[in-house]
Parts: sequence; C-alpha cells; structure tokens
Amino acid sequence: MSLHLSYQAAPGNPWFSWQYVRDNSDTILAALREHTWLTARAVLIAALVALPLAVAAYWFRSLAGPILALTGVLYTVPSLALFAFLAPYLGIGAITVLTVVALYALLVIVRNALAGLNQVPPEVREAAEGMGYGRWGRLLRIELPLALPGILTGLRLATVSTVALVTVGVVVGRGGLGQLIFAGFQNNFYKAEIMTGTVLCVLLALVLDLILAGIGRMLTPWLRGRSS
Amino acid sequence: MNPVQQAVVWLNDPLNWTNPGGVLDRLGEHLSLSALAVLLGCLVAWPIGLWLGHTGRGGGLVLLVSNVTLAIPTLALLTILPLTFLGFGRPAVVVALAVFAVPPLLATAYTGVRQADPEARDAARGMGLSGRQVLRRVELPLAVPYLAAGFRTAAVQVVATAALASFVNGGGLGQIIRAGFGLDIAAGGGQIIAGGVLVAGLALLVEGVLALVERAVTPRPLRRARRAATRRAADATAGA
Repeated sequence: MSLHLSYQAAPGNPWFSWQYVRDNSDTILAALREHTWLTARAVLIAALVALPLAVAAYWFRSLAGPILALTGVLYTVPSLALFAFLAPYLGIGAITVLTVVALYALLVIVRNALAGLNQVPPEVREAAEGMGYGRWGRLLRIELPLALPGILTGLRLATVSTVALVTVGVVVGRGGLGQLIFAGFQNNFYKAEIMTGTVLCVLLALVLDLILAGIGRMLTPWLRGRSS
Repeated sequence: MNPVQQAVVWLNDPLNWTNPGGVLDRLGEHLSLSALAVLLGCLVAWPIGLWLGHTGRGGGLVLLVSNVTLAIPTLALLTILPLTFLGFGRPAVVVALAVFAVPPLLATAYTGVRQADPEARDAARGMGLSGRQVLRRVELPLAVPYLAAGFRTAAVQVVATAALASFVNGGGLGQIIRAGFGLDIAAGGGQIIAGGVLVAGLALLVEGVLALVERAVTPRPLRRARRAATRRAADATAGA
C-alpha cells in the first residue's frame, strides 16, 4: 500500500525521458548487449540442436511423432516453471536463462524445419534419387535448400519470441532489458525506465527479424521473383 | 537433501497448502485470473475474427496482431498496464493476460470462417439467408473445430503466462516460485521446484482437460478439421 502512495506522490513521471536515457546510457547499453548476446547464442544453440532433430524426424517417420510430442509438452510448460526446475541445478545466472530460452526456441525451429522438409515435392525427391544422389547428398544439395524457407521462418519466429522471453530471466537476475523493465517497476514505478526497456526490446526483435529476413532473401534467390 | 527431496517435503506439508497465501489460495487466484483473461479475450477476439472472416477482409490485420504480440514481452505489459488508467490490481493483470489470448482466438475464428465450404455458403445464400444468417447458421457451426482449438491454445497460453503475474505481485501460483527465489537457492530450492511442478502441472492439466472438451464439442463429421485447426492456433501463438 505504501508503494501505491509513493507512486501517486511522485511528481512528473513521464513515459519517456531523454534525460534518463542520457544519464543511464551505460546501464542501458549493457542491458541491450546482454539481451542481444543471450538471444543470439540461444537461437544458435537451438538451431544446431533442432536441425539434426528435424532431419531425424524427416528420415525416420517413426521418430517424428515422439519428437513433436516431446517438444509440444515442453512448450506447454510455462517458462517460469522451467526456470524453477533448472535454477536449483544450474544456479543463478546467464546459463540458466540461456538454457530455458534455447529450449523454447528449439521447438519452434524443429516444427518449422520439419514442415519445410515435408514440403519438398516427392517428384523432386524421386528425380534426385534417379540422378544417383545418396541420402546425404540429397539432403544437403536438394532437400535442405528447398526447406530453407521453412527453416528461416522457424528461425525468425524463434528469434522474435526469444527476445521477448529473455525478459523472464529477471527471476534469476539476468533478464537483459527485462532487468530495466523490472527495476523501473520496483524503483517507484519509474515509467521512463520501463518504457525504454520495452521499446528497446521490441526494436531489437524487429531488427533481428529484418536481418534474418534479409539473410533469407540472399540465401533463396530463386524465390525473389515471386511474391514475398 | 537435494532440491527434489526438499520439494517433495515442501509439497507434503499441509500448511503450505492451507496457509493464507498457500497453494490453494494461489491456485484460486491463478484460475480466476486466467478465466477472466480468457473470457475477455474471447469477447474481444471472437466477434472481430468471425466478422473479418465473414467479410473476407483483414487477413493482414490478423497476422499483424499475432506478430506484434509475439514481440512484446509479457513483463512489459504486466508492468506498464498498472501505471495506466487501469490502476493497480486485478484488472491490469487480467488485461495483460488477455492480450496474449487474443492472437490464437482471433486467428482461429478468422480461419475457421474462411475455410467453411464455399458451396455450403452459396447454398445458404441461394436459400435466401441474409449475410448475418449465413454467418450464424452456416459459417459459425462449421468453424467450431477452429474455435475450440483456438480456445484451448489461448487458455493454455494464459495459464502459462499467469505465472508471470507474480513479478508484479499479481498473485497466482508463480508467487510460490518467486517467494522461493527470494529465499535464496540453498534454502528455497525445494519450494522453487515445488512451485514449478504446480505451475507446469496446472498448464498440462488444463491442456489435457480442454483437449477432451474440444473433442466433445466438435461434431463427428468435423473432427477431420481438428488437426489443421490446432496447427493454425499454434501458429498464431508462435507468430505466423
């Protein structure tokens, strides 16, 4: 209740203030850097694990069900619960945040990569087989390139949702920009700090998404003529 | 004692369940917050989604809503909304949670109406039904598998997100986890894991129960559409 009163008493609490940004540029940049770094590593790790899983599910149909079911259950588990399960073992720190967000990114990438692989037309597969491609050759030269749009969709979704999810890391004190948002809330509801963290978070998601979209365009020149 | 044993001990202490602010209190808060949020989400998203689907416009809007909500951190909405006219307390938390229920509800309502058999729609028009009647008597019943799948996805999403309400002292089972973290890992490890078990168990339980409900409300001939509907709903929460 006392918090409530202090908020009402606080004079002039704008939603945005350059003064705040200037005075705290070090803290803000550090948070932004940590956020970006956590996101990049999490998505990279998730992709490195997810792609082999997707390929395994694609090659061995019997694995597709269990892999998708497992990742589905994992996705239903709330992020805070996952933090709760992992923190006592991994400790309070960046490694816990990294593990949790990477696990969530994993599901998104697996699902989209598998959908992309399954969209490879059977004629193309058969033609490749007829040309003498083996299983690996076909995968690397034909199927993965054709599945690239699906894989990139997965990467983009995973990146955007990871940027949002990293903020939950405040529970172990390493939430990147979430740290700003949370500190602003606890610091007498300092609106400028909350808003700066939020805006940077959304902008970071947008920028990373655009970068990945650009990379996707470069990697799939054959799709450029069609409607994006 | 390792943290898991501590968690078992914590869960086996009846006082942890019945005390004020214990598991039962928190469970009640969690469920009521979630129910209100899902209700609010349905009230907003369903009429809009059905109408957009009926008129065939606004596909871009549906996509935009899911993409934008994906990028907004839950923590941001939970901290910003209490500082607006909503004020501190339950309304702000409910609205924040409802925002995350909207994308799956909106997308499935829209797609559900869009995918209705065009021949059925034409036949209804030919029988002289007005636009509203077509929507109510033909498109809406045919969209039921989609609406049900969207409801399940939205509800699970909200129950999961409601755990984060604890960051702003909004109540719910997340408070148990947060309190555990407040005790430090060595002392609170058991409570943290116990809270995690409760939160995750509730989410999985809601998912399971609503899957049964979804099955029950979907008429037999429409069950084939369930897979596509579930996928559509999941896509909306993951963005596209």
